[in-house]
Amino acid sequence: MISHHYRRAILPIATLGIASLVLTGCASGSGGTDGAGGPGDAGDADGIVTIYGTIADTEAELLEESWAAWEDENGIDIQYEASKEFEAQISIRAQGGNAPDLAIFPQPGLLADLASRDYIQPAPEGVKANVEEYWSADWANYATTGDTLYGAPLMASVKGFVWYSPAQFAEWGVEVPTTWDELLTLTQTIADETGTAPWCAGFGSDAATGWPGTDWVEDLVLRQAGPETYDKWVSNEIPFSDPAIVSAFDSVGEILLNPEFVNAGFGDVKSIVTTPFGDPARALGDGTCALHHQASFFDGFIQDPKNGNATVGPDADIWAFVTPSVEAGGNAVTGGGEIVGAFSNDEETIKVQEFLSSPEWANTRVKLGGVISANNGLDPASASSPILQQAITILQDPDTTFRFDASDLMPGVVGAGSFWTGMVDWINGKSTEEVLSTIDASWPSE
Amino acid sequence: MSAFLAWISTLPALAQIPLVLLAFFAVIALLIFFLEVAPRTGRKFTIIRAAACVLIPGLVFLTLGSVLWAAAAATLFGALFFYLDYRSKQGAGYLFQLVGFLSPAIFLLGIGLIYPTIQTTIQAFMNSRGTRFVGLENFIWIFTQDTGIRTVLNTVVWVLIVPVVSTIFGLAYAVFIDKSRGEKFFKVLVFMPMAISFVGASIIWRFVYAVRPAGQEQIGLLNQVVVWLGGEPVSWLSNSPWNTFFLIVVLIWIQTGFAMVILSAAIKGVPLEQLEAAELDGTNAWQRFTNVTVPGIRSSLVVVLTTISIASLKVFDIVRTMTAGANETSVIANEMYSQWQGFEVGRSAAFAVVLFLMVLPIVIYNARQIKKQREIR
Repeated sequence: MISHHYRRAILPIATLGIASLVLTGCASGSGGTDGAGGPGDAGDADGIVTIYGTIADTEAELLEESWAAWEDENGIDIQYEASKEFEAQISIRAQGGNAPDLAIFPQPGLLADLASRDYIQPAPEGVKANVEEYWSADWANYATTGDTLYGAPLMASVKGFVWYSPAQFAEWGVEVPTTWDELLTLTQTIADETGTAPWCAGFGSDAATGWPGTDWVEDLVLRQAGPETYDKWVSNEIPFSDPAIVSAFDSVGEILLNPEFVNAGFGDVKSIVTTPFGDPARALGDGTCALHHQASFFDGFIQDPKNGNATVGPDADIWAFVTPSVEAGGNAVTGGGEIVGAFSNDEETIKVQEFLSSPEWANTRVKLGGVISANNGLDPASASSPILQQAITILQDPDTTFRFDASDLMPGVVGAGSFWTGMVDWINGKSTEEVLSTIDASWPSE
Repeated sequence: MSAFLAWISTLPALAQIPLVLLAFFAVIALLIFFLEVAPRTGRKFTIIRAAACVLIPGLVFLTLGSVLWAAAAATLFGALFFYLDYRSKQGAGYLFQLVGFLSPAIFLLGIGLIYPTIQTTIQAFMNSRGTRFVGLENFIWIFTQDTGIRTVLNTVVWVLIVPVVSTIFGLAYAVFIDKSRGEKFFKVLVFMPMAISFVGASIIWRFVYAVRPAGQEQIGLLNQVVVWLGGEPVSWLSNSPWNTFFLIVVLIWIQTGFAMVILSAAIKGVPLEQLEAAELDGTNAWQRFTNVTVPGIRSSLVVVLTTISIASLKVFDIVRTMTAGANETSVIANEMYSQWQGFEVGRSAAFAVVLFLMVLPIVIYNARQIKKQREIR
């Protein structure tokens, strides 16, 4: 009886044993095609170049329009695919061997992650030449990992604008502040004038909830501790629990954690976390909210008919000033942008990559409206709105100290993970110390 | 599969419906055909059967692109044909058949289940690039920082609450509607959420919990009720630790139907003689329920509890869709995915191993229970 059972089981087990022996032969590299020595050759010249990115809806249509003429001239079909889940999907597609030819990265940190794991092709000669000629060393640096340049910047945005209503300011008899302390005084003045909270804020953004909060902290770190400390913070030479970062959090807390100063039109301090980041546009437009901190793209939200159609400009309904420095006359700004990285290195992909790094493309795209680029070959007159013209002026001013959004430079698990959730916990009342040590603990292992 | 669906989506809407139905019926017809030829003798049928055992998993692999599904299909068909054959007592060479039918399944299980398990376990003890052995570092990282501990604790909370509550609700419902008029209709009512995908259910519930500032129109059902009762709108999903319980409600809502259907069938299997004998002995309804019905359905209760426990251990879609793990609602499966996405392969694998270790006792208990019942029978 037993022997009968035993014989019945022995064959499948033997088969299994042989199968697993065969299988263990195929080890899986956790990197690109062959682990060491770069990503090797990928892609083929088939007349189609696929591009993957976060830019969606109207902006995606404008993007496709910007290269339509070039496609016909060169006989290359550029197929653009947009996804709101880009940050999650790109690493999955790269690790799964299903990467696009080119990807438009809003986070240099993510590009660096992929580059250091041998998924990204080093920038071709033509792109290198364009970057040297048309972009500042700072920008070239954001696309560089180790000593290798991996791509060229594409578009840019200037962050840290404070949106306000010039008419309301005139009514209350207040001026645009020139220092951080003046901004706090101004806030107190408006609060006394109106008896309501002056600031509105919204951190809500589905899976990315918390990111508008990181912009606040970055602005304060850059202005209080200076660009050198900022760079050290980005590269984790100083941790989040460093006094410089703690004091930036405390300064932001003077506004965002003060129930008398927030959240105009939405409720108490905790409502910041549940308010979608686009909603304050409506509160600004109808005058219930006096001050709002957000990047240059926000003029699109303010002018959206769904939010009440307010106009944006120096003499219009709503205008903006750059978040003031600690000392008057500071000129440090934070900003964001995209870097185009390549997974393939066939001729056609290289051609498209070179075209996207040229001033011709930048001018074509900026003329279509809504965006700017840090490309020095860009004519400020191409920009479509007052806020964008101001942003280009800031970017092209040689005196400007420009720093890329820190959370976009940090590794994904922090910059697009624990830093965001940390901001949410912090607004919900967790102590600064606890939040910062949690973020530090999540920093990637080596 | 996706190519076929993509092609269908280019057609006009009215043409799509018959085509999808046609494809569906074609698959069903094939299934019936195979069931039909399974027990017959003759070389022709043997060839058809053997081909089916190789081709069907191959097709499943091509359409779904997943080795696990292909393995499942191969196991199912291999076992099915073998069983039918064996039952018909026609095929000679029992052992030859056993190996012939099951080897594709075992081979695929090796690729799709056993090998990845071993690989993941190895990765859990390596650094994120898989280049250096780091010992228990990844596990130490999980259990020494707030988020990690919180994640594991949340998973434990899910496993403690969901199975118990779903089973109690399901059992109570099954008992109360048993032999009532309109029983079928009441069953369908509760069973319906089972048919909704987890992501679909999460989106529905996210709307239920939606919050708008006081004074604005509430789009969330729950907050509208609160406002009608004269309260302030509450942001249900952002206040820890209660938000986890609001997420747990979603899984309970889905699983209660499952528990109810299984337990209802089990209750009908309790012998009437026993119940009548108990009644003659002068017991009241509650005593009959606890002393006759519950012991009678014990084995079904175990199956339901363990199945739901495993489902709640693996919960991912609900948390991912509703909060993405923010506000201290993260669970192991969600954290595993987030870490892997950030190239932290080692930490991700460590989470996977922790999850595996938590599932293991439940599976072992379940297997032993089934074995015990076999001995009784």
